Amino acid sequence: MNRFFAVTAAVLLMAAPFGLALAEVTVGVSWSNFQEERWKTDEAAIKAALEKLDAKYISADAQSSAAKQLTDVESLIANGANALIILAQDSDAIGPAVQKAVDEGIPVIGYDRLIENPDAFYITFDNKEVGRMQASAVFAVQPKGNYVFIKGSAADPNADFLHAGQLEVLQAALDSGDVKNVGDAYTDGWLPANAQRNMEQFLTANDNKVDAVVASNDGTAGGVVAALAAQGLEGLVPVSGQDGDHAALNRVALGTQTVSVWKDARELGGAAGTLAVHLAGGIAMGDIPGAVVFNGGPKGVEMTSLFLKPVPITRDNLNLVIDAGWITQAQVCQGVPSGTVAVCN
Amino acid sequence: MIDSGPARTHWSRRLLDATELDTRMLGMVGALAVIWIGFDLASGGVFLTPRNLWNLSVQTASIAVMATGMVLVIVTRHIDLSVGSVLGFLGMIMGVLQAELLPQWLGYDHGLTWILALSAGVLLGIAIGGLQGYIIAYLGVPAFIVTLGGLLAWRGAAWWVTSGRTVAPMDSTFRLLGGGTAGSIGAMATWLVAGVVCLIVLATLANGRRQRRRFGFPLRPLWAEWVLAILGCGLSIGVAAVANAYPWPKRVAERYAEAQGMAVPEGGLVIAHGLAIPVLVALAVGVAMTFLATRTRFGRYVFAIGGNPEAADLAGIDTRWVRMRIFMLMGVLCGIAAAISTARLNAATNAQGSLDELYVIAAAVIGGTSLAGGVGTIAGAMLGALVMQSLQSGMVLMGLDTPLQNIVVGVVLVLAVWLDTLYRRRTG
Repeated sequence: MNRFFAVTAAVLLMAAPFGLALAEVTVGVSWSNFQEERWKTDEAAIKAALEKLDAKYISADAQSSAAKQLTDVESLIANGANALIILAQDSDAIGPAVQKAVDEGIPVIGYDRLIENPDAFYITFDNKEVGRMQASAVFAVQPKGNYVFIKGSAADPNADFLHAGQLEVLQAALDSGDVKNVGDAYTDGWLPANAQRNMEQFLTANDNKVDAVVASNDGTAGGVVAALAAQGLEGLVPVSGQDGDHAALNRVALGTQTVSVWKDARELGGAAGTLAVHLAGGIAMGDIPGAVVFNGGPKGVEMTSLFLKPVPITRDNLNLVIDAGWITQAQVCQGVPSGTVAVCN
Repeated sequence: MIDSGPARTHWSRRLLDATELDTRMLGMVGALAVIWIGFDLASGGVFLTPRNLWNLSVQTASIAVMATGMVLVIVTRHIDLSVGSVLGFLGMIMGVLQAELLPQWLGYDHGLTWILALSAGVLLGIAIGGLQGYIIAYLGVPAFIVTLGGLLAWRGAAWWVTSGRTVAPMDSTFRLLGGGTAGSIGAMATWLVAGVVCLIVLATLANGRRQRRRFGFPLRPLWAEWVLAILGCGLSIGVAAVANAYPWPKRVAERYAEAQGMAVPEGGLVIAHGLAIPVLVALAVGVAMTFLATRTRFGRYVFAIGGNPEAADLAGIDTRWVRMRIFMLMGVLCGIAAAISTARLNAATNAQGSLDELYVIAAAVIGGTSLAGGVGTIAGAMLGALVMQSLQSGMVLMGLDTPLQNIVVGVVLVLAVWLDTLYRRRTG
């Protein structure tokens, strides 16, 4: 959260001279698919940020249709949006709509998913950084030995970003032979049950000689921990994850999972809302504090971007998620023996 | 082929005729043996270890349970595309009940929790199956459409229960349904089960012979009866031996010894797993379903409807009520399968059981269930589930990546059905 306030405060300071221009701003948000729980959290955060700055919120839901999203964006523009936040259903198909907005001088923010247009602003959590944090946390506990990599779905490009980040941290140790890759597999559909089966097979193939597991999210980590528990290895082998799932945070408290990298959707939503208002107010994209130039997309287009840093949640900083109201103390501490974890006492 | 007398026929032919074994089933066992030996060679001898076979049996249990019901559904010329989603929904309901709702009244790990959660799941399964069955049988909407709707609707419902949040951990007694060290019955009980199964095989053979004599049916030669007895007993004792050859992991055994205040003997404490509870559940379901399909009036009606629906209707069978009951049965089996997979993962997730409908249908079809209706066996479907799971687990051991695994499974499915078609054409 601190980071969010820092960004907000900095942007506010920057915007002070433009105070007048902030008045009648309408921000249009085009959602790709509102069915997923997570975007409701983002929406609330964007709304809150806009309310603080006296801006108006309008939105449309494309219901997973790239075609509908094109008309959505057009109608948001017609409804008087001065800035657009777009969670693209299809990052290529959204191109014409983005171009239309840019032509009319309306700033566009690509939210969480990349839209490769040099005139759009890209805001997201750094997925490679998530991978780096997962590997670092596991590496800190187990700097030597046999590693298993439980990757995400092969159909999801984020799975490869994550794995690239994990390898960045471990490459030196892999080269020197301190760390040995004894198995890596994609997890079809990110399904925990598939991760469990893969982990069981890796344990069998290596006769239980697995010293650490780098799992790419909390769902797959759950499958891994179940497989480890069947061999009595839970809590002895470090396991990574991400998302801050309630069940995973409980595992972190129990000690069966080492880390869950937490991407606070409210931080992303808040930053995007504030950003939209200030871009609409006339601040140049390059002048946004923290903005960097990003060209790591598939087409290599240079874009101005803001990467928020996720937070690795371990046993030592579980208080962060509780203090942020993400999860209650009772949920974190269910079944945790007293005296083992600070926040549970 | 002209039969030129028993003396000239090949010994294998004579063996098959005398024992009346199903050649199709034998073909499947042979295919399974080829797959197993192939994977064992490719994985450097890891596949055919007691540990991997034990894992394989647990991994197969949930699909095998549902496949037994899918046989009856397909035999009556229907299909059920909703089983994966129903499993997800029921798993979620059972998960929320035992992890969040019941503890409010009973506290955590109360002795009643698991049975309440399980019964709620199974009863809800009956209700869901009944609803779908009613629409199919009485309102005349094709099963493909009704269960396609179910595939979407129940997945949505599963999400809705907790807004997509994963529920964990499960009740410790409930978890026994998922296997693991605690969820296995140990060496002594496993030998007992094998012994009882062996006795039942012997009794069944003896009783069958007596009945045939009583009604003047041709008898099997005595030596053929003995071959069958030895096969049956050998199989059950062999399975028990494999399950008992997989000891508890060292760390679990030490922890157990510590908790019991036992001294760990030199060379480590060896406690055998024995058969896993989910596998026993699946086997019990298989036996019960086989009995239902072959020895009850309901079963006869199912196959009669599958063979010729109009004739069955004209013969006075209440075909609609039979159909509705098949889907209710499928709901029960989804409930049991949901319990097994939720217990095994020790968590209920809203994506649980995704694509399971396809694996279940594939298992039934590989197992010889004809999509044209009227033909299919429970044992075949369970064997089909084992074949599918062997392929998937074996390829992970070999380090093949998921996209390639899916290609292989898809090809094998089509190949198996093509071979079956050839076989049927040749045997008439």
